[in-house]
Amino acid sequence: MKVRIPKEIRVVNIGLPDFAADLKEAGVDVVHLEWRPPAGGDARVLSLLERLAVKKEEIDSANQKALGRILEGDPTLIDLGLAAEVIPNYPERTLLHAGPPLSWEEMSGPVRGAVIGAVLFEGWAQSPEEAERLAAAGEIKFAPCHHFQAVGPMAGVVAPSMPVFVIENRAFGNKAYASLNEGLGKVLRFGAYGEEVLTRLTWLKDDFYPILKDALGSLEGISINNITSQALQMGDECHNRNKAATALLLRELAPALVETDYKPAAIRSALEFIQGNEHFYLNISMAACKAMLDPARDIPWSTLVVAMARNGTEFGIQLSGLGQRWFTAPALPVEGLYFPGYGPEDANPDLGDSAITETCGIGGFAMASSPAIVQFVGGSSNDALNYTREMYKITLGENGNYTIPNLNFRGTPTGIDLRKVLAKDILPVINTGIAHKEAGIGQIGAGVVNPPRDCFVQALEKMVREMPKK
Amino acid sequence: MKGDGTLIQQAFLRKNSYQDSVKLMQLTEKMTQLPGVTRAFAVMGTENNKATLTRAGFKPALLEGAGPNDILFAVETGTKEEGLRVWEEYQRALEQETKKDEGKAQVSAASLKSASSLLSGANLSIISVPGQYAAYEAYKALREGLHVHIFSDNVSLEDEIKLKKLGRQKGLLVMGPDCGTSILSGVPICFANSVRRGSIGIVGASGTGIQEVSVLIDRLGAGVSQAIGVGGRDLQDGVGGITSIMALKLLDWDPQTEVIVFLSKLPGKETLGEIRKHLAQLSKPVVVFFLGYNPNEQKGVGQRAKTLEEAAHLAVSLSKKESGPLAFQRDFAALFPRETLDAVRPGQYLRGLYSGGTLAGEAYYLAKKHLQKIEYNPLAPSGHAIFDLGDDQFTQGRPHPMLDPQLRSERLLQEWADPQVAVILLDVVLGFGSSPEASSSLAAAIEQARSKYGGEKIVLASLCGTDRDPQPRQKEQELLQKAGVFVLPSNAAAADAALYLCQTERSNL
Repeated sequence: MKVRIPKEIRVVNIGLPDFAADLKEAGVDVVHLEWRPPAGGDARVLSLLERLAVKKEEIDSANQKALGRILEGDPTLIDLGLAAEVIPNYPERTLLHAGPPLSWEEMSGPVRGAVIGAVLFEGWAQSPEEAERLAAAGEIKFAPCHHFQAVGPMAGVVAPSMPVFVIENRAFGNKAYASLNEGLGKVLRFGAYGEEVLTRLTWLKDDFYPILKDALGSLEGISINNITSQALQMGDECHNRNKAATALLLRELAPALVETDYKPAAIRSALEFIQGNEHFYLNISMAACKAMLDPARDIPWSTLVVAMARNGTEFGIQLSGLGQRWFTAPALPVEGLYFPGYGPEDANPDLGDSAITETCGIGGFAMASSPAIVQFVGGSSNDALNYTREMYKITLGENGNYTIPNLNFRGTPTGIDLRKVLAKDILPVINTGIAHKEAGIGQIGAGVVNPPRDCFVQALEKMVREMPKK
Repeated sequence: MKGDGTLIQQAFLRKNSYQDSVKLMQLTEKMTQLPGVTRAFAVMGTENNKATLTRAGFKPALLEGAGPNDILFAVETGTKEEGLRVWEEYQRALEQETKKDEGKAQVSAASLKSASSLLSGANLSIISVPGQYAAYEAYKALREGLHVHIFSDNVSLEDEIKLKKLGRQKGLLVMGPDCGTSILSGVPICFANSVRRGSIGIVGASGTGIQEVSVLIDRLGAGVSQAIGVGGRDLQDGVGGITSIMALKLLDWDPQTEVIVFLSKLPGKETLGEIRKHLAQLSKPVVVFFLGYNPNEQKGVGQRAKTLEEAAHLAVSLSKKESGPLAFQRDFAALFPRETLDAVRPGQYLRGLYSGGTLAGEAYYLAKKHLQKIEYNPLAPSGHAIFDLGDDQFTQGRPHPMLDPQLRSERLLQEWADPQVAVILLDVVLGFGSSPEASSSLAAAIEQARSKYGGEKIVLASLCGTDRDPQPRQKEQELLQKAGVFVLPSNAAAADAALYLCQTERSNL
C-alpha cells in the first residue's frame, strides 16, 4: 500500500501539552486530548479491552443496532392485569423480586420482609412466622422480575395476584410489566408487611386497579415517551423525582376515570391516591424503560448494557451480546442524605430494579434536568449538570425524545457501553432511595450510588472468552 | 531542623488529578531548592511508582491509599512544617502550570473520537503518555486512520511489532516508540528544529541524529522534504525495520525528495540484509550513517558517512549535484590560543556531558579511535569519559536534560571540581521541545563553577539548532561564548576539537 505523508499535518496530541503548544505556536492545527490513564490504570482490564478491540467493527455495528432499537422505542401504557394472568409463563407459587437471582438465605432484611408480606397477601401462610418457614423450606420459588419482562422498585416483589401495569413498546410489539407504586411510609417494597401494608395491597387490587383498568380501556393507550419527555423539562429525572410526571399522568387519566361506571367516591379515592403519591409514575417509568431496552437484547457482540439491577445483596448487569447471563458483585452502600434519626449504619446495600431508568438514559443520567435531586448528595445545580455530562462519556448516543433544557436541549445520554465504562473508568451514576436494613422500617434516605466496577470487569472477561480463538 | 538532625518523611495525596510525569518532575525540581528539603518526589500513585519510592527509602505505609489517578507527593524535610510548606508550594505551582496548559492548546477534547470530530481531517497523533498506556492510545489512533508518532518509551517490543504491522496493513506510519523527532511536511514534531524545506528526505532511528543532520543541511543551504523518525528499536530483528522500509519507499515515491539520508544504529543481522536490499532498490541517491560502525567494513549501497556532519555534507552535495567538502574546516591550531593548548597537561581527561543520546554516541565512537581508553556512561569515571545524561541511570525521577538543564548543571559543577578534568564537551540541543534555558543555565553553571572551584577548564560545545528556532542559534552561541565556551559548528567538530586538545601530539584530526 502506498503510504503518503499528508501535505497539511493536522495533529491530535495525547500526553505532554507542550508538544501541542509548540505546534500551535508554529501555526499547525492541533487538538490536545485531556488524557488520563485508561481503565483507571488497571493493566489487566486494559489488555482485555485491547483484545476485545480486534472485534471493534462487529461490536460497533452491533451497538449501533442495539442503540437504534432503544431510541426507536415507543413505550405505551395500554392496560393493567393481575401478574399471573398477564405475564407470560408466570410460574406456580413463585414470587418475583428485584435484581439478579438470589435465594432466601441470601436475601437482605427488606427483601425478606417483602417476601413475607407477599406470601401473606397471597394467603399461602397465615402468619409471618409461617411465611418465613415456607420460604426457608424452599416451598416458595423465587425468580428475578427481569426474567419475566418485569421490573420492581426496591425489593421489587411481585406476587401472582398483584395487579401490574402493562406497557407495550409499539415500535417492536414487546411488553413489560411493573407493580403499582404503593406510596411512601410503610410499604411492601421496603420490606414492611404489617396490617396497614396488606390492607393497602388489598385495596390496590380490589378497588383501585379495576377502576384504573377501566379508565385505560377507554383510552388508546398513554404514550410514556410523551410524559417522560415533558417531565424532563419540568424538573423530573423520572427515577427519584416523579412529581411532574405523576401530575401529567393524572391529567391524562382524570377524564377517563370520571367516565367510568364507578361511584364518585371510589373514583375520588383513586384520584386522591395518585395525587398523594409523588412516585406513582416511577413504576410506569421503569416498565417503559424495560420495554425500550428489551428489544436491544441478544444482539451478538453488542457491549451495550441492557439491565442494571440490585437485589439488596448483589448488583447485577446484563449485556446485549451475552444473553440472560448476570454479572454480579456485592452491592455497594449508597452515598446520600438520611432522614432524621438514621445514618449509613442503618442502610441496606443498594436495592431495586429502578436502575433500569439509568440503563435507559434517564434517572441519574438525566440529573441535569433535575437539580433538586442533587441536593440528596449535598451538591449544587452545577453538579447536576456534571453528572449528566460525565454520562455522555460512557454512552453510545443521545435520545432525541428526551431533551435537557439546561444542556441546550441535548438528548439524554443513552446506551451504556461496557467498553467505555471500563476504558474511561467512569461508572454509571444511579439515583436511588435508601432502604433500612431491617424489614419493614422503610425508606430512610436517598442518594447516589454506582454499580460495582467488578460487574463490568466480569462481563468484559466473558466477552473476551467468547471471542473465537485463532 | 529538629535538634537530633533526623529527617521527617511525609507523603501527600491529590486525589483524582492526573498529570504527566514530565510536568510533575519539572515542578519537583524547583521544590528541591526550597529551604529544609532534602528530597522531594512527585509521581502518580501507580504500583510501580510506589515501589520506586519504597526503594528510595520511603516507608510503604506512607504511600498507601494512592491510586494511579492520584498525585503522590513524597518529601523529606528537616521539620514537619517545612514538608507541609513544600506541599502547599507544589500545589500552587501545579495549579499555575495547569492554567498555563489550558491556555496553550488550541482546543481540548475528552476523547480521541471527539478530538477527531473537533479537528476534521486530523491525520497525525502524537503520543507521549506513560509507556504502559502508549500502545493502547496508538492502536486507537491507527484504527481512526491516523499516522502515529510515539514519543513515549517503555512500550513492549511485542506491542511495537503489533502496532507496526497494523500500521503497515493500513498504510499508516508508526514512528516510534521512543521517537523524539520527525519533521513532517515542514512541521517539527516533538524535539525538532525549524529547518528550511527542500529536497533531502531523512529516515532516522535516532532523534538527535535527525536533529543534527537536518540542522546542518539547513546551514549548508539546502533543505528537508520529510524527516521520519522510526524509533530506536525499528531495526532490531524482532521489528525488522518495518517503519524504516515504509519510510524509504515513501521517500522514493515522494516527488519532493531527491536525496535520501538513512541514519541508524547498527541493525540486527537479518534486518541489515533486508535494509540493504531496500536501499539498493531505491531510485534516488542515498547517504547512510550507522552509528558506531566503520563504514569501510560494510560494502553496501549508497554513500557511507562517518559522522552526522559528513552525512549532511554528502546529502547536500548530492542534492546540488556538485561535489563539495565532506566536513567543516578543522583548523584547531588556529582556533585555540596558545595558553589554552598549554593548559591541558598530560594525564588530564576529557568529560563529555551530553543531553542527546546519538550525539553522545557519535562523540564516543570518534574518541575511541583516537584515545587509548575512553569510557561510556561509567559509574565512577577513571579517565576520559562520555556521559549520555539522558540515559535512564541518570534520569531516575528527574527530567531529561533536554527538558530541564538542572541535572547537567549539577554534573558540570561536579566535573569542574575534579582537577583531573581538563576538557568538558557539551551538546546544546535547541529547537521545539527543548528547554528555553539550555544555554543560559550552562553559562550560569560555568560561572558558578569558576567562582566556586577556580581553575580554568576548556569547555567545548556544539549547538544543534537554527536561527529560526524558538531559541535562535546565533543568540545562544553568543551567550555561551561570553561564558568562555568554544562553540564548534557540529558535534563531530566539537568532539574532534576535544580530542585534538587531549592528544599528546596534536595534529588536526
